[in-house]
Amino acid sequence: MTDALIQPLRDAIVEMKIDETEDLCRKCLDASLSPIDILNNSLIPALDIVGTLFRDGDYFLPDVLMSVKAYNNCYTVLEPLLKGGDYKPRGTVLLGTVAGDIHEIGKNILLALLQGNGFDVIDLGIDVAAETFMEKARETNPDIIGMSALLSTTMPCMKEVIDLFTEAGIRDKYKFIIGGSPISQRFAEEIGADGYGEDAQAGVELAKSLMI
Amino acid sequence: MNELIKNLIKDGPVLTDGSWGSQMLKRGLKGREAPDSWNLTHPDAVEEVARGYVDAGSRIILTNTFGSNRYVLGKFDLADKVVEINTKGVEISKRAAQGKAYVFASMGPSGKMLVTKDVSRDDLKQAFEEQANAIAMAGADAIVVETMMDLNEALIAAEAAKQTGLPVIACLVFDSGKQKDRTMMGNTAEQAVDEFTKIGIDGIGANCGQGIEGFIPICAQMSAATDLPIWMKPNAGLPDMVAGEVIYNTTAQEFVRFVPDLVKVGASFIGGCCGTDQDFIRAIGKTLEGL
Repeated sequence: MTDALIQPLRDAIVEMKIDETEDLCRKCLDASLSPIDILNNSLIPALDIVGTLFRDGDYFLPDVLMSVKAYNNCYTVLEPLLKGGDYKPRGTVLLGTVAGDIHEIGKNILLALLQGNGFDVIDLGIDVAAETFMEKARETNPDIIGMSALLSTTMPCMKEVIDLFTEAGIRDKYKFIIGGSPISQRFAEEIGADGYGEDAQAGVELAKSLMI
Repeated sequence: MNELIKNLIKDGPVLTDGSWGSQMLKRGLKGREAPDSWNLTHPDAVEEVARGYVDAGSRIILTNTFGSNRYVLGKFDLADKVVEINTKGVEISKRAAQGKAYVFASMGPSGKMLVTKDVSRDDLKQAFEEQANAIAMAGADAIVVETMMDLNEALIAAEAAKQTGLPVIACLVFDSGKQKDRTMMGNTAEQAVDEFTKIGIDGIGANCGQGIEGFIPICAQMSAATDLPIWMKPNAGLPDMVAGEVIYNTTAQEFVRFVPDLVKVGASFIGGCCGTDQDFIRAIGKTLEGL
């Protein structure tokens, strides 16, 4: 009975059936499945599959966005029910594109996939100054701080952020992850980040691994 | 085929230019500044970059107008300066070219996404027409729509460029998918050829996204699908940071090793994107002469 509802919902999210997922989700609730089970067994596995398809080059950005939309149609139904129960997000991520860089597409894909994998995400937007990362980190106490840059010219700003936290003596309170097309593992090591994600799904895997 | 394009390629592959952004950084551009705003504030430095390419042998130079549409400039509070920045950008390149090179004006993406309805097709069309008209009025020889990640946006920009009457080259970034030969949106080189051909494009190509090795299969796919001239501007590999400085790992010598193959698979215009400079252009020029 459970699988008969849980799996079709998961598949519908993966297959981007944005008009069907909300109904399928309500059917799960009508069959007395708990919101948290639906989330853990349908919604999150679905986005895991989507992330893997994206990483492997089988899915492209529009596919990911459609799947996330299908996911969100369900999550909107579940969210009020989850808030009252034992549901805890996997972790909190503070996310932003570094100072001088106005590119948001990569950051937004990661944001969608992180949310789809049970993280709370605070989006600082684009062109985020090092001081803003610090101020918001103090305010919201995230587990992970994620920085994005598309330009080789703004990559050094990632180092400035980590240096600022180091100078303030609070570097070790957070995990720093970085990503963006010019970024490499070597660069991550060079600036003292905790990890680098080659693509959005790798970023999600990295965030998950840092929460263990 | 457009007369200018036909004349340019009649004797073999044409040398274009290299990157602009990193050249301007060397001259003091700060991360927080709109690079294109330097057309107004530091025209001499921009002209120096352009002249460097003319001196290196570029037969075509671009303009410092890659992000001069109202959406990108808007992020720097310069949305009301579209016409001025594009006009100056073309004027600077023309001055640097001194008749020794053609000026193909650059039009890059808006940074907005059609697929998430960040922006409507009509608004994008208006924004690109505003830019293209300013470029045409300022006397550019042609327009290069470049670094596009979404074929749909590229088509809107290319149509906006075409309505000026200038020849137009359209380039996408191919860096996704299993073989790294699709755009971020999943578009293939063949799809790009089909769609751009329908709007009467004068040349098609790829730029940015990866090093020159990856451009060879993309160029081959394009030439298998069309007789249109093909424009190729690869990066100097991917950047690294060493001792606080961003460096690109591919040297000019390594880069040009692949140039003969790129010509063999049909490239008609060859230059470089991120990480390439005047030395790369000189080295490509030398390689082309030897073919």
